[in-house]
Amino acid sequence: MYDSPALENTVDTKDIKISANNVQVFYGETHAIKDVNVAIEDKTVTAFIGPSGCGKSTFLRCLNRMNDTIDICRVEGQILLDQEDIYDPRVDPVQLRAKVGMVFQKPNPFPKSIYDNVAYGPRIHGLAKNKADLDDIVERALRRGAIWNEVKDRLHAPGTGLSGGQQQRLCIARAVATEPEVLLMDEPCSALDPIATGQVEELIDELRTSYSVVIVTHSMQQAARVSQKTAFFHLGNLVEFGETSQIFTNPVDARTESYITGRIG
Amino acid sequence: MPATWIFLFVLALAVIGYVLGRRKAMASAGGDGRLMHSLPSYYGYNAALFVLVPALLVLGAWLVAQPMVIERSVQHMIPETAYETSGELSLIMSDVHRVASGLETAVTTGQITAPQLEAMQAGSTDVRGLLGSVGVAVGSDVDAVTLEAAKSYRARNATADTLRNIVVGLLALAGMALAVLRTDKDYRARNSVEKVVLALLILAASLAVLTTLGIVFSLLANTIQFFKLYPWTDFFFGTTWAPSFGGGSELGILPLFWGTFYISLIALAVAVPIGLFAAVYLSEYAPKSVRSFAKPLLEVLAGIPTIVYGLFALLTVGPMLLTAFGPDSVGWMSGGTAVMTAGLVMGIMLIPFVSSLSDDIINAVPQSMRDGSYGLGATKSETVKQVILPAALPGIVGAVLLAASRAIGETMIVVLGAGAAARLSMNPFEAMTTVTAKIVSQLTGDADFASPEALVAFALGMTLFVITLALNVFALWIVRKYREQYD
Ligand SMILES: Nc1ncnc2c1ncn2[C@@H]1O[C@H](COP(=O)(O)OP(=O)(O)OP(=O)(O)O)[C@@H](O)[C@H]1O
Ligand SMILES: [Mg+2]
Repeated sequence: MYDSPALENTVDTKDIKISANNVQVFYGETHAIKDVNVAIEDKTVTAFIGPSGCGKSTFLRCLNRMNDTIDICRVEGQILLDQEDIYDPRVDPVQLRAKVGMVFQKPNPFPKSIYDNVAYGPRIHGLAKNKADLDDIVERALRRGAIWNEVKDRLHAPGTGLSGGQQQRLCIARAVATEPEVLLMDEPCSALDPIATGQVEELIDELRTSYSVVIVTHSMQQAARVSQKTAFFHLGNLVEFGETSQIFTNPVDARTESYITGRIG
Repeated sequence: MPATWIFLFVLALAVIGYVLGRRKAMASAGGDGRLMHSLPSYYGYNAALFVLVPALLVLGAWLVAQPMVIERSVQHMIPETAYETSGELSLIMSDVHRVASGLETAVTTGQITAPQLEAMQAGSTDVRGLLGSVGVAVGSDVDAVTLEAAKSYRARNATADTLRNIVVGLLALAGMALAVLRTDKDYRARNSVEKVVLALLILAASLAVLTTLGIVFSLLANTIQFFKLYPWTDFFFGTTWAPSFGGGSELGILPLFWGTFYISLIALAVAVPIGLFAAVYLSEYAPKSVRSFAKPLLEVLAGIPTIVYGLFALLTVGPMLLTAFGPDSVGWMSGGTAVMTAGLVMGIMLIPFVSSLSDDIINAVPQSMRDGSYGLGATKSETVKQVILPAALPGIVGAVLLAASRAIGETMIVVLGAGAAARLSMNPFEAMTTVTAKIVSQLTGDADFASPEALVAFALGMTLFVITLALNVFALWIVRKYREQYD
């Protein structure tokens, strides 16, 4: 069912949604991201792979300026979203994050009801005209997050009372409810069973028709299944970036080959 | 030998026990720590505890019981004809104590020997002169009864002391012997030490609870006494507070209760918003550098004694309010002391309370909550309002109720800032007083503890206690209800 749709999706040239030029990230003295250049296309799923601690999450957080909340973090270089520099002082990070949504590595539902968790974004951005509209948005988001059937009878129960995997899907639903243009997902399936994983992958595939999705994953199979482009990070460097089919069948760099065949990582 | 020596003796035995226990355990395992059930030091602690716990418990009990027992038996030596009231008896007994301690000093400094003391007679020896020479001044000549009682008091104490030292010493030795004999590599010393630790913790916890109960009971007796003298309906529903020690007082709690409530309300209305906003600023907005000096600065406010706040109310805030609302302007206020004065100053006093506690609670909200909210495109204030404050709410409710308890219990600021008039009025610019301030004024001076005017203080205290308790229970209930909903 999921054998390499990427191989069939021959990618035609698409608009560049985000382009990162010479990005460096420092945590105090630690140089976490070294001179990364990458172009993320619109209506495409891009996978970030690489061994633990190589800087995947760090780079992902640069794309919606979540690193601003970490005092010691410093970002250099240029990141363009629709040709506009997102680190320009005139850019409002709040507006940016509404456009570039994020699902975090660890599920972090708010201590509110399931309904309020999902309605949070639509409410602060005024996406719903009335209560019925909001109900619709919440239901659609929960369905896309593959969790509707489990929670439809207890929408007003606390979101923190769900299991870890359910919480993660709730967070996915919460992120898609705001209708972002780009969705950043940091290991969204690491706590999910194969069925839920399949559903989330279907969601990613569906989102691709209108948005650009960036997904961090430790599963090579998942990267191969859902993404069209793959970036391999190693020790803060972007080692290789290209078509997923090419990276997995015919990698250029020796480190990439070792990693995907399981020799480093 | 005084109790200090036997105490030191027990301590020394404990140290020896530690060394012996540890060494024996090591020896039985052939010096290989891995063969032993517990770490070597546990065997040492086990032996030390076997020495300490029973010996010190007995020593403590003995120290409490001995004076009581001897006191009672010596009292029987005083013929009932020598006194009429219990007050006179206790005067005689205090003479006996003084003479006995004088005799003890005389013997230890070598002024007289023990046999000489035995032979001493009230008529023949100059007891008064002897006592004077060791620094104990006696008002009149010591009569035969007192001298005999004192001699017996001294002798019994000496015997009891010796007996005590023997018992405690033997107990310590026995404890050590038992522990060391039982020690070998398979003995579960770690579990046995754990049990003692548990017992210690239970002891500490029950002491705290027992003290609370003790406080309640000490109030209870006097409170019941008060309600025997004064009808409870008049106390709880009376709207006039007019105590007069000549009798015929009206002791209605309502004006005092209203004063407490009104002043606390104003204080909380000042302290809660300001404290909470300060906490939000400090924890969410302030840069590290500002926070590092502003937080300690704010906490200094909490360390100021309340009497200083009282002076501030009396000298600064009162006159200021008087110029603003006094007869020269709108005429709402007739003097510097008023509910508003005390309430404002009390509010200032409570700001650091609320802000410091709330700040800690807000900081404890995990960063991932903030990330989640910012990641959805929320602003700082939206995040604070919709995620952080709701998540921190149980703690903040707790902080506010703690502040309320302090406001209710505050006395000095009320005395200096709000005046002493008990009054039921809605005007916050009038002088009023509170329950605590009246408790103080009813008990100061030469009050006779049998009159309702003095006993009412206990009833007031008890009522206050019950109200604060109810407040805390209510707070717990709110917090729990909230938790069920969100956690
Ligand atoms: N808040 C932080 N403060 C200091 N250093 C950090 C911080 N976050 C990450 N780092 C460091 O930056 C480097 C990259 O971390 P990052 O979280 O981006 O790794 P990752 O590729 O996402 O790993 P994983 O697959 O385990 O999630 C690591 O060396 C890490 O120690
Ligand atoms: Mg990561």
